[in-house]
Amino acid sequence: MSATSSHAPATRTPERKRRSASRPLVYVLLSLGLLVMSAPFLWMGISAFKTQSELSASPPVWIPTEWTLTNFRQLLDKLDLPLYFMNSVIVAVLVTVSNLVFCSMLGYALAKLNFVGRNKVFGLVLGALMVPGNLMLLPLFVLMSKLQLIDSYAGLVLPFAAGAFGVFLMRQFMQSIPDELLEAARMDGASEWYIFWRIVMPLVKPALATLSIFTFLGSWNNFVWPLIATNDPDKYTLPVALATFATDPNKAGGSNGMLMAGAFLIVLPVLIVFIALQRHFTQGIATAGMK
Amino acid sequence: MSTTTEKAAARRIAPPPAPAGRRVRKPSMGVQNAAGWLFSTPFLVLFTVFMAFPILATLVMSFTDFGLRNVTRPWEAEFIGFENYVKLFGDEKFLKSLFNTGYFVVVGVPLTIGIGLVTAVLLNNGIDRARTFFRVGFYAPVVTTIVAVAVVWRFVLDPSDGLIAGLFSEVGWSAPDFLGSETLAMPSLIVMAVWRNVGTVMVLFIAGLQAVPTEVREAAKLDGASVWQEFRRITVPLLRPTLLYATVITTIGYLNVFEEPFVMTQGGPSDSTLTVSLNMYREGFNFFHMGYASAMAYVLFVVIMAITVLQLRLLKDNTK
Repeated sequence: MSATSSHAPATRTPERKRRSASRPLVYVLLSLGLLVMSAPFLWMGISAFKTQSELSASPPVWIPTEWTLTNFRQLLDKLDLPLYFMNSVIVAVLVTVSNLVFCSMLGYALAKLNFVGRNKVFGLVLGALMVPGNLMLLPLFVLMSKLQLIDSYAGLVLPFAAGAFGVFLMRQFMQSIPDELLEAARMDGASEWYIFWRIVMPLVKPALATLSIFTFLGSWNNFVWPLIATNDPDKYTLPVALATFATDPNKAGGSNGMLMAGAFLIVLPVLIVFIALQRHFTQGIATAGMK
Repeated sequence: MSTTTEKAAARRIAPPPAPAGRRVRKPSMGVQNAAGWLFSTPFLVLFTVFMAFPILATLVMSFTDFGLRNVTRPWEAEFIGFENYVKLFGDEKFLKSLFNTGYFVVVGVPLTIGIGLVTAVLLNNGIDRARTFFRVGFYAPVVTTIVAVAVVWRFVLDPSDGLIAGLFSEVGWSAPDFLGSETLAMPSLIVMAVWRNVGTVMVLFIAGLQAVPTEVREAAKLDGASVWQEFRRITVPLLRPTLLYATVITTIGYLNVFEEPFVMTQGGPSDSTLTVSLNMYREGFNFFHMGYASAMAYVLFVVIMAITVLQLRLLKDNTK
């Protein structure tokens, strides 16, 4: 895992001396960049708490004189956000749990078990990584209609229950487990399931954490499939509810305050989780990308 | 996934011959075979039902007149040969969506890669403090819900009450109607896509930079290489595998662009931001021309595969 061994070595003295003059400039550049990157979030956060008159004031009001929750109240009157929140959470949890189990199982088999056809299965996984999701949407909708799974959690979860990315990630991590350990367990008469569940899984906890975060987030942010697989508004996930609300002129009534409040409620939990667990994110991306 | 990854993976997957001979593998081989397949079963079943089958079904559907009535009676769809494909290339709306998607990719990908690379180099080599702080800040848009940020950006670009309009009015300018203008709508979506995806590319490049041995850079410096020379002659060539991977995944992502136009412009004004994916969604799920939409999906898929293969050829490390 060379990619994750962070921070450059300590032998940087010549570089430091030579470049010290240009450092302040680099900080200024990066700070400007950061300002641009965070501006939409700040704008969202401020606008969500503005009154209607300050939202459309000209010249604009940068800092509200009074912070109000009116936008949130109005939005909650129009949209059953707790329901959509629960739908999103249930789907994301189910998708995450099934990915943790199924992807780890195959990842273990690909990394540590010598079985006939292993290379072919791994080829399938790599192939699956390349296929754009849009290619499957139409027959998947027909299939789900036939199975009567439209507007059901199963319909939202099943197509994402075992992602190729997860298999790839788990395989990469599990390869670093020493074979001797597994051989020793086999000598002691441990079954393959016991070895997988009791020995390998506890050893790859960091990878499981990374996979959970990515899978949960992927499901939380997923839009196209939930949009297609739900007709009943009671089964909408948060993004579908917000997008439907935002693109329906009759419902939003042009109230940017309400939309910012909605975006705020969806984005804030994600940002908090991300900042708390940021190390896992960058490691996961680096591992998947570099190996 | 890049072929570099595949090759590396293939190399690793080949069982080392020596230990196989040394250890007593014979009795455990049968067990491992059975276990291997049992462990593979859940993924393979889900893969077959929800991926392999739909991929084939899309292909079959693209040669039929699959419509709304066939959602309940799929077997009654009739084969019409290449009719959908022929119609597709005479369909101005589709050609426009193809052009728009190309525009989005051709402008968006180099911008994303370029800004991501420069940010990574500045973060990795330019500063010692607050690295994590900046990295978190630049990466934050990647994790946020695209629908939510598209809603936010629509308001940022709002010609009367938006952030840009506000900044413009402070200096006495009036902001254009970014999303309402045929010429500005697509560039606006591109700016938003770059904003959202630059963090992914940056993190990939940082990982790549940290794999570059410091000795190489030290040597370049001792030989009197300037900062630019070091960047151009040392950093970029050594980052080639990362550059390849980042370009391929960004391109594939951008070719599938859907949420941004769906939320921000609904493909307008006058189809100037209608992308292939959005067009396919509308044909398939608003008008239920599902056979026709399947043909679109396959054309997009073939384009994606062709461009990926081309990129792998063009950017492959020729020294190997």
